[in-house]
Amino acid sequence: MLEIKDLYAGIDGKEILRGLTLSVQPGEVHAIMGPNGSGKSTLANVLAGRPRYEVTSGEVLFEGKNLLDMPTEERAREGVFLAMQYPVEIAGVNNIYFLKAALNAVRKHRGDEELDALEFLQLAREKMKLVELDEAFMNRGVNEGFSGGEKKRNEIFQMAVLDPKLAILDETDSGLDIDALRIVAEGVNALRSEAHSVLVITHYQRLLRYLVPDFVHVLANGRIVKSGGKELAEELEQKGYDWVETAEVA
Amino acid sequence: MNETVQEIAQQEYKYGFVTEIEADVAPPGLSEDIVRYISEKKNEPAWMLEFRLKALRHWFTMKEPTWANVSYPPIDYQAIRYYSAPKQKKKLNSLDEVDPELRETFSKLGISLDEQKRLSGVAVDAVFDSVSVATTFQAELAKVGIIFCSFSEAVQHHPELVRKYLGSVVPYTDNFFATLNSAVFTDGSFCYIPKGVRCPMELSTYFRINQAGTGQFERTLIVADEGATVSYLEGCTAPRRDENQLHAAVVELVALDDATIKYSTVQNWYPGDKQGRGGIYNFVTKRGKAFNRAKLSWTQVETGSAITWKYPSCILQGDDSVGEFYSVALTNHYQQADTGTKMIHIGRNTRSTIVSKGISAGHGQQTYRGEVKILKNAENARNYSQCDSLLLGDQCGAHTFPYIEVRNATATMEHEASTSKIGEDQLFYAQQRGISAEDAVSMIVNGFCREVFRELPMEFAVEAQKLLGVSLEGSVG
Repeated sequence: MLEIKDLYAGIDGKEILRGLTLSVQPGEVHAIMGPNGSGKSTLANVLAGRPRYEVTSGEVLFEGKNLLDMPTEERAREGVFLAMQYPVEIAGVNNIYFLKAALNAVRKHRGDEELDALEFLQLAREKMKLVELDEAFMNRGVNEGFSGGEKKRNEIFQMAVLDPKLAILDETDSGLDIDALRIVAEGVNALRSEAHSVLVITHYQRLLRYLVPDFVHVLANGRIVKSGGKELAEELEQKGYDWVETAEVA
Repeated sequence: MNETVQEIAQQEYKYGFVTEIEADVAPPGLSEDIVRYISEKKNEPAWMLEFRLKALRHWFTMKEPTWANVSYPPIDYQAIRYYSAPKQKKKLNSLDEVDPELRETFSKLGISLDEQKRLSGVAVDAVFDSVSVATTFQAELAKVGIIFCSFSEAVQHHPELVRKYLGSVVPYTDNFFATLNSAVFTDGSFCYIPKGVRCPMELSTYFRINQAGTGQFERTLIVADEGATVSYLEGCTAPRRDENQLHAAVVELVALDDATIKYSTVQNWYPGDKQGRGGIYNFVTKRGKAFNRAKLSWTQVETGSAITWKYPSCILQGDDSVGEFYSVALTNHYQQADTGTKMIHIGRNTRSTIVSKGISAGHGQQTYRGEVKILKNAENARNYSQCDSLLLGDQCGAHTFPYIEVRNATATMEHEASTSKIGEDQLFYAQQRGISAEDAVSMIVNGFCREVFRELPMEFAVEAQKLLGVSLEGSVG
């Protein structure tokens, strides 16, 4: 699904990722953990193709295709979804209209028929239940006036509708209370299947209680310094990040 | 913003063709002789010539205003031709006799002069350079007593109406450009809706400037008699030329007791090229007067012109009269617009609403200038104003100058203003969901303009959305 080989990347001339290598197979859930400034969000943004992030060397293959060559929207249409850490508000653009345009752009790219308003609404209603979002949200502007938790749930709702092959969750758990955390995790769990992969980027272990990863990687200074199973997350929670950073030096 | 936003692959202005057609033109320059020449060409009665000459003499005493927030090199008013008419061999009896070249031009513009096109249900008066070429549906409208014809025809056939209302809203002394227009206007549209008649179709005028080096000075006068209702549409295009062309029109609306006039404009004059060369200077005076319980509504979508200087206004003279102004103005590349409205509350219980949406992209500069005046006797007047600006990129500008003058303590005034920017983050967000940047911008812009678009007649609303799309094409990459 996703092959990252020896990736060097940064922003505004500052190198942040320094030789990151990672392989994600279909159906797997990988957690990327690490202290602040270790490059977690940079990784998410580089994969999604955010402007200003520059790749200096290395390679990223998505289903065998060179992901870094694709413009942002094409990556999305190919099935890469980024649930953002800070979802923006787009005033005046109806939430449901926005999502319908997105889904149809993706479907068109895949060669599927575009959905009409009725079919789309049916699908949206079904997915909305998943994240326990009220229908009233759909007719507001994109994220306009949403609380922090509502924004994050809206991200998961969009993900559920767009049905991406690879979902990247960038600190989706930050700022969520325990109920919202559970809802978000359930939303992601519903997507889990042999065809879907998930990359969970997080600082804390708490989301991983609900969303159990197959693999956990620790990122420090722009590269993966330790990989393991779900028990690694618990170990980190107990010992703190100093433990791996020291381990790396030693 | 980021460099992708600067990468502009602007679609060429698609109405930029020139029609090869023989024209009757006046020599350049402005003098009493020229005014007499125009008046004579049009076979005008003495009172009309007198009106023009008074205006001209007044104009010579006036100075070009400089208060607007626009800049352009000085205009040489003696270098402009004040009259250009497509040469026609003889007087036309029916539309079928209109010069085929002209018909071709109008069909390129999407205006059918064929009465066959009844389905569209829009009566059209087409003004080419200075002369009104054809008015469709005239006969049908006449059945209910509506007069819809070129201004010249009105002067010939309905002099009593023209004489009564011409200059009654915009006097010939009003301002530099309106006064110039009063002296040299060549044609335009005239419309009269009799008492109690609801006009059965949309009335429409298309203006086109073709001839090089000419100014266009059209004059529109719409009178809705007591209890009458009319909806009027105006569209404008011009060829691409390297030099600037002057357009100084005057529109007067008179809504007598209980009448309603809705005036919608989609202005798409040639805006100049990406470097800011050429384009129309659009200096227009539009004003309406509303008597008791009458309603005036201006809706405009301004995407063209190198410079726009325009303040469609309402004089709310009668008690319980209503004025509305809904505007979308877009400036891209080096376009400049200083536009807004004036609401003058004179009568009691008068109400006005202003919704202005300004969009700036490229190096576009835009100013909203609005004046709300509540006079001493205007008990219980209300005004609601909302001015929003949307910026694309960081080379453009938006400026807001609201003037409010209240002389009656019972007035209720509300004013809201906002400025927002289409950010890199918003575009990235949309693109990350699979939506192209262009589609995202168009969605955001349409969302921004929604309140104005819904005031437009259906057909125009669709056209306006497309026009905004084209005008912004490539302003993000």
